Amino acid sequence: MSDYDGLPGDWELVVGLEVHVELATTTKLFSGSPNRFGDEPNTNIDPVTLGLPGALPVLNEHAVELAMRVGAALNCTIQACTFHRKNYFYPDMPKAYQVSQYDQPLNIDGYLDLPNGVRVGIERAHMEEDAGKSTHVGGSGGRVHGATASLIDLNRAGVPLVEIVSRPDIRSADDARAYVSELRSILLAIGASDAKMEEGSMRVDANVSVRKPGAPLGTRCEIKNVNSVRSVGRAIEYEARRQIDLIESGDSVRQQTRHWDEGDGRTHTMRSKEDADDYRYFLEPDLVPLVPSREWIDRVHAALPMLPAARRTRLAAATGQLATSEAVTSVVERGQDDYVLAVGGTGGDAARALVYVKEAFADSPHVPAADLAALTVLETKGALTATQAKAVLADLVANNGGDAAAIAAAKGFEAMDTSALEGLVDAAIAADPDAWQKFCAGDGKAMGALVGLVMKSSQGKADGKLVTALLNQKKS
Amino acid sequence: MSRSTASDIAAAVRSGATTAAAVLEGHLAAIALREPEIHAFNLVLADAAREHAAAIDAQVAAGDDPGPLTGVTIALKDNMCTRGVDTTCSSKILEGWKPPYNATVVDTLRAAGAVIVGKTNLDEFAMGSSTENSAFGPTKNPHDTSRVPGGSSGGSAAAVAAGFSQVALGSDTGGSIRQPAAHCGVVGVKPTYGYVSRYGLVAFASSLDQIGPFTNSVHDAALLLNVIGGHDPLDSTSIPQQHPSLVDAIQQGVEGLRVGRITDLPEGADPDVQERLEAAFEALREQGATIVDVTVPAFTFGLTAYYLIAPAEASSNLARYDGVRYGMRVDAPDTNAMYGATRAAGFGEEVKRRIMLGTYALSAGYYDAYYGKALKVRRLIHDDFERAYQTADVLLTPTSPTVAFKFGEKSDNPFAMYLCDTYTIPSNLAGHPGMSVPFGTGAHGMPVGVQVLAGTLQEPVMFRVGAALERAVAK
Repeated sequence: MSDYDGLPGDWELVVGLEVHVELATTTKLFSGSPNRFGDEPNTNIDPVTLGLPGALPVLNEHAVELAMRVGAALNCTIQACTFHRKNYFYPDMPKAYQVSQYDQPLNIDGYLDLPNGVRVGIERAHMEEDAGKSTHVGGSGGRVHGATASLIDLNRAGVPLVEIVSRPDIRSADDARAYVSELRSILLAIGASDAKMEEGSMRVDANVSVRKPGAPLGTRCEIKNVNSVRSVGRAIEYEARRQIDLIESGDSVRQQTRHWDEGDGRTHTMRSKEDADDYRYFLEPDLVPLVPSREWIDRVHAALPMLPAARRTRLAAATGQLATSEAVTSVVERGQDDYVLAVGGTGGDAARALVYVKEAFADSPHVPAADLAALTVLETKGALTATQAKAVLADLVANNGGDAAAIAAAKGFEAMDTSALEGLVDAAIAADPDAWQKFCAGDGKAMGALVGLVMKSSQGKADGKLVTALLNQKKS
Repeated sequence: MSRSTASDIAAAVRSGATTAAAVLEGHLAAIALREPEIHAFNLVLADAAREHAAAIDAQVAAGDDPGPLTGVTIALKDNMCTRGVDTTCSSKILEGWKPPYNATVVDTLRAAGAVIVGKTNLDEFAMGSSTENSAFGPTKNPHDTSRVPGGSSGGSAAAVAAGFSQVALGSDTGGSIRQPAAHCGVVGVKPTYGYVSRYGLVAFASSLDQIGPFTNSVHDAALLLNVIGGHDPLDSTSIPQQHPSLVDAIQQGVEGLRVGRITDLPEGADPDVQERLEAAFEALREQGATIVDVTVPAFTFGLTAYYLIAPAEASSNLARYDGVRYGMRVDAPDTNAMYGATRAAGFGEEVKRRIMLGTYALSAGYYDAYYGKALKVRRLIHDDFERAYQTADVLLTPTSPTVAFKFGEKSDNPFAMYLCDTYTIPSNLAGHPGMSVPFGTGAHGMPVGVQVLAGTLQEPVMFRVGAALERAVAK
């Protein structure tokens, strides 16, 4: 199901995404300063971060390892690579160049499969250093235009990044959103990044163009400042419509970099192609080529954990759900699929466990799998109703586990035997003959009223499913 | 002028025969006498040096060994970062900047017991061959103050020649140690690229820059290089290995060594310089070396390739001086205008010329024709040298085509100035070591240097030849 309206007419959307990801290293890409978000401004600095004259970069091996992990998880070829300088002036770029990778990146030619089966090509996933952060004060909306001063925080300068560049294989706003969401799950699963879009540790730029099917690629615009998974789709769809409107009114799309404004839901011009910087890339002479050995690459591949797609398939199989169901995707995303499987493994019912975990385990309580397994068994064998089981579950979560049977007993939950229940059902029919007539005539709502009466008279101890069964039995 | 060797001094201070303080005072007296005329220094660190010398003497008195350079005075080119002490690169744009950290060589020298007497003058950001490009005025040649000391490390060369310090460090990107060493009559060495850590050396052209010694003798150069050479984990381009002792290497003579004469060497050396080179070949032959002819066809393209590669790297290295940080800022209505105004006021003509040249060489549409082609030439030069070193252990050339020239003689003609480095540049491009050894005098009684070139990490054999030349001069 789509959250977006789609494009009018037979226009085709063409999207490629560039995702910058901060790697979860302890220290920066080229120095020993901490890589930590949220510290006092300009405290995680050193001569290298400050770009002081004479300071030299030393490559962080852990950052390389994490970047290789990203490449391996995205089915890339990991290769010998070099670093280049990308030269441009900006106050929060203290060396006036960014060390990045250019014509020989670490990871090339991979792909990412979306949950719906669409395969998106990965052109490259290269390493680079982050810039510092500028805060413009005195103007409106934090923009540099009209500001009276700019404050520079270099804590982020030199933080290791991987830039993951997709091929222009994405054809809908939904797929763009799914790509970002799936990529995020993968990054979390492999421990490469905390991938928090709201903190900027994962940043998405979208290259958007439109065309008629079969036509050559249209002129693209790059959309920056897309700060949430949700706005990825919104920004792309807005931009595509803007471009279609331009073309349909006889105008043409100009190649531009545009800024997504979450507030007004529009993209705005930042700069056009003519103003683009000439970055004067050249080989960074302060670093030597990075040549990962075959053994290192093999080790990274071997150590790769099971990725979200495979984990969804595994969980779906164990619980009888679809791999694309919300319960399966969200439990895998939260990393609780192993736990659900463990409940199944200790004799519990994995399908019930999936529901419990999805609904009640958002804060990751420490309920031993065996305890939850015991609860699912009580429920599936009919000793507890769904309502009762929920109450016991709340107790388990609150106390980090416990004996489900004992909790149920303490709450006075006991299975109502069928003959007693039958009496209550008969009483309900007698109490509301109107509803009974309607139910027999096939009115589903009427059944609810009768079940409700039984629930009330049993003080919630009746098993709703059993009541329904008895009603149907009596009707026929 | 003091002509004892650095190891003699270290031994005398360690044994208590003299003190670091007494050694230092001798140099400070020489500075007091002639520095106003010579202007070798941007900054003399008399107080800090006295304090350090006293501390070394206290260490010796307490029975500790401060290290192989105990009490040896040293001057540092003012492009090496010294914590809390002005490091200007002889540029207005860095004036007043005090680095918060020491270059690796500074820490290494102090750990070896050396006493830093001051920061020496240079062509702004090491761009030049005469020190005339210093924003703080030129250094004069101690042998004739109407003449330049060479450059860019002219201050360091002059400091050693004038006895202001026992030894000095310079940096060599295209000849900036060897050429001033030749002009000032001292020994100057550019080691193999990666031999000495560049951490804390303010970059001019990162793939070419290398720190090296100025000394009165080949032995002192060997001793100093033994101390500052070696792997530094802070410099990714430093060679990850231990280097053999060069002091030990020069115990060996040159018998059986093959000394190469480059038959296709670019012409242009003055006759007096050429005559000294011939004498050097003869002296080595007399000591048992064989003279062999080699060709290095790409040698002649070195200058052109260099003046694309070095400015290209410099344009990037010097972009950080934008007025946002460091001493100088010229206010303007917006950031871009501030960058422009600051850089226009802060950089001298030669620096601006090279930034323009380098920016152009790297620009989209020109990269392949200029920078890209220069990189190919660089590879050719390296390969040609490697081929020559299969038949010769070392090569001998003039260090500079002329003796030290007069002030103003070339300063209006950048290309004439660039030609000073014809013989020194190719080894920087190849990453190979080279040294200049004083070998008598030429026109106007000025010193002439002979350059010994060798292959990657062939410092031991290069030093053996250097020592043999020195012995021949002493005879």
